[in-house]
Amino acid sequence: MGGAGAEEELTAQETALYDRQIRVWGVDAQKRLSKAHVLVCGVNGTTIEFCKNIVLAGVGSLSLMDDHIVTQDDLNANFLIPPDESIYGGRSRAEVCCESLKDFNPMVRVAVAKGDPSLIDGEFLDRFDIIVVSCRPLKTKLFINDNCRKRSKHIAFYSIECKDSCGEIFADLQNHSYVQKMPGKEPEQQELTYPSLQEAISVPWKSLPKKTTKLYFAMRVLESFESSEGRNPGETSLSDLPAVLARRKEMCDRMSLNESQIPTVLLERLLAAGKKEHPPVCAILGGILGQEVIKSISCKGDPMKNFFYFDTADGKGVMEDVPPTPAD
Amino acid sequence: MASAASEEAVKAAKVLMVGAGGIGCELLKTLALTGFSDIHLIDLDTIEVSNLNRQFLFRKSHVGQSKAHVARDAVLKFRPKINISSYHANVKDAQFNVDFFKQFNVVLNGLDNLDARRHVNRLCLAAEVPLVESGTTGFLGQVTVHVKGKTECYECQPKPVPKSYPVCTITSTPSKFVHCIVWAKDLLFAKLFGDKNQDNDLNVHSKDGSSSKSDVFERDVDEDLDQYARRIYDHVFGYNIEVALDNEETWKNRRRPTPVYIRDTLPEETVQQNGTSRECNNGHEEPSAMASLGFRNPQEIWTLADNSRVFLETLKLFFEKRQKEIGNLIFDKDDQLAVELVTSAANIRAHSFGIPLHSLFEAKGVAGNIVHAVATTNAMIAGLIVIEAVKVLQGDYKNYRMTYCLEHAKRKMLLMPVEPFEPNESCYVCSETPLLLDVNTKTTKLREVIDKIIKSKLGMNLPLVMIGSTLVFEDGDGLEEDEAANYALNLEKVLAELPAPVINGTKLTVEDFQQELSCSINIKHREEFDEEKEPDGMVLSGWSAPVEKQVTSNGGKLAASSSSAHDTVGDASANPGTKRKLDEVLESKENCDASSSAQVIEDDDDTIMLDEDPTLLKKKRSQ
Repeated sequence: MGGAGAEEELTAQETALYDRQIRVWGVDAQKRLSKAHVLVCGVNGTTIEFCKNIVLAGVGSLSLMDDHIVTQDDLNANFLIPPDESIYGGRSRAEVCCESLKDFNPMVRVAVAKGDPSLIDGEFLDRFDIIVVSCRPLKTKLFINDNCRKRSKHIAFYSIECKDSCGEIFADLQNHSYVQKMPGKEPEQQELTYPSLQEAISVPWKSLPKKTTKLYFAMRVLESFESSEGRNPGETSLSDLPAVLARRKEMCDRMSLNESQIPTVLLERLLAAGKKEHPPVCAILGGILGQEVIKSISCKGDPMKNFFYFDTADGKGVMEDVPPTPAD
Repeated sequence: MASAASEEAVKAAKVLMVGAGGIGCELLKTLALTGFSDIHLIDLDTIEVSNLNRQFLFRKSHVGQSKAHVARDAVLKFRPKINISSYHANVKDAQFNVDFFKQFNVVLNGLDNLDARRHVNRLCLAAEVPLVESGTTGFLGQVTVHVKGKTECYECQPKPVPKSYPVCTITSTPSKFVHCIVWAKDLLFAKLFGDKNQDNDLNVHSKDGSSSKSDVFERDVDEDLDQYARRIYDHVFGYNIEVALDNEETWKNRRRPTPVYIRDTLPEETVQQNGTSRECNNGHEEPSAMASLGFRNPQEIWTLADNSRVFLETLKLFFEKRQKEIGNLIFDKDDQLAVELVTSAANIRAHSFGIPLHSLFEAKGVAGNIVHAVATTNAMIAGLIVIEAVKVLQGDYKNYRMTYCLEHAKRKMLLMPVEPFEPNESCYVCSETPLLLDVNTKTTKLREVIDKIIKSKLGMNLPLVMIGSTLVFEDGDGLEEDEAANYALNLEKVLAELPAPVINGTKLTVEDFQQELSCSINIKHREEFDEEKEPDGMVLSGWSAPVEKQVTSNGGKLAASSSSAHDTVGDASANPGTKRKLDEVLESKENCDASSSAQVIEDDDDTIMLDEDPTLLKKKRSQ
């Protein structure tokens, strides 16, 4: 708590605007937020929800990296793109959304970061405290996560994917210390150590608890299939089912997991989803990620470790700790 | 889920949204993106600066405008082809009657007060339209589904009512900061600047009658403002405490308060000293004691001396800059000068009674019953509302869920779905069970029963009261003159003396035509009431806690992938106490959070409780 640079007071303007949320997380957290810099690679309906949340919350700056030219498809779950080709035509997703986001909170700097996420270098990363990646190949995610870990500066890494009616968030906060406040107890300092993305997706399945959500396994099968085919996340259709089922068999055999742990219907749903995002799911995932990033920046509150899943089929939003933290 | 069937249902649906605030903005956006194309939206509020941190459809330039209209325009920018009808109106208005409600396939609530929630619940029951209800506080939130005959209605579980305090705790024996706030706001502020004809429990008589005035709060035309401010200070913080101290009985088991006089708190400052800085106040800005005294940080806890300076300064500023409003003011949490006065007065009183002082930021939270709010929770809750709405449209009632959004994961879950409960057979709103009212029929006026029970507890808007076949009271327009006069007369009669006397064993029938709600109240005569525990002087009961039975879906299991034997929610259905326990968890958490920012939360986790109806307050202000 406290920490360097937290001495300055919030301006009257900030106090008035942030009144209701300061009552939730305190002035100190608000000051930390206003000094945090966030990079989002991959602009879609889900990350836009997240962007909206943290711009409203009052982060220091938000940079958007996505050079793809806006197409009709991008409009489906994205409320920042007006359905008018004369506005979005020929412009990148980052550019169009950046413009709309600026309006949300004049106290936050929102900018476009040009470039290719798969080529991000270490020094560039140092400009940020939080990196969020979405809809990029596993290879790119691993590369960025690995680079974040190599920097001496603490950079938190998140990956987020929406598959129509369900979704996954991954978090790597490396070593994270924070103040835990449980009902009826004194605040306590806590330390957490996170595995890297590579570690978190390579855990032998046999070592995981039986109750681990099926989405964890299903997402690994899908990811493995997409990587081997050189596809981006979501570049799939139901016609890929036979190949994906073969992939499931191969992985389950190798890691001694019963194939029934990854139901065919679930894989079908994920394949059929393709790049489709269901707006209520975007709102839920973007809300959770927003909250997680705020917790991470403010060092207040139990952060998610290290996966979060939501599925409209059962309505649950669950956290999974992979590999499980050994009990003391 | 975007199956073809659900897409069709969404496209064809006509939905009513009530509330365009924190949840409402998120909900309208998510509905539009999901493909809903006929949305009606009601909200009576206008936009304020403190909304902008989460109500993302609004900009600073919209402050003062209708939430419903601005939200509509903002969403039409990215979905220009859909139909959104916005109403800048109170959902309790007569135009939104049962017939109005009947045109919708589902009603979605994003409200901030219990009163309106109950009203909408009744209209949905009467119109037989499913209701998806929601609420958030900070990181906590919940979404529930209410379908007549299938699940419990919103009022099947008794809701906590706004906390009220015994008068003597406020006037003589405060033990918590909130008591001092209530004193400063409802007694002192009201006495100084409110309606002079209103009853007020502040002592207005001075010691020796040296003053010719019967009311020390009156200011002589030629009385120096500084003198006046100091006189009021000494009276309320000094003399009135001395008077209270005389009553030895009160202090036998209590800490004795210390009287505070201005000569002790600000001994160095002469009368004129304070007045100088005020002159450099920019004429365009709202008058503020903090600004003129150079206090910047609302988070800071002022010393007794600083509180005293702020108190004197606010008093003077009210008389100098806002003279015209005096006599008509009602406390408003967005009125900076009023918050400064209440903060400083509550703190000086707290000092007298050995209660810890609080910052203006904290005091404002307590005084305004401000509920914590963040964008993320509202966004998630809105997403969950849409998911339930889609199920409702498809009649997929076996999969209806109430979902809790938690701050600390419970069994790994941050979003926790629970199966809905069956209707409570003893609910007076959705069943016909009679209620029981303990009341002294010989001393209680009909007006008190109508105000404290029928309007306040039963939430009726325009009630009608019948005793047997005799109509003793009816509210609303369209009454004949002699009827109205007759009812007005009845209001002031004690129950036992009404045209049809109400005595022990009498059955009252009360109805609200707008809500299409009718219920019976059996009267039990009782003479003694505990002033502390039963401050209303009457007790309503018979609305017993429900026997908890969940809607049985086949096998009581959750759909799809949750097939593992001991799945979390399965446990909940096996244990009927779970829901209640969860509520307790939510509540205790809240109280814990609140302890850091004073006792902000006296209320339910999904409602803002105001001492006064906020709509009333706004109306009065705008007049």
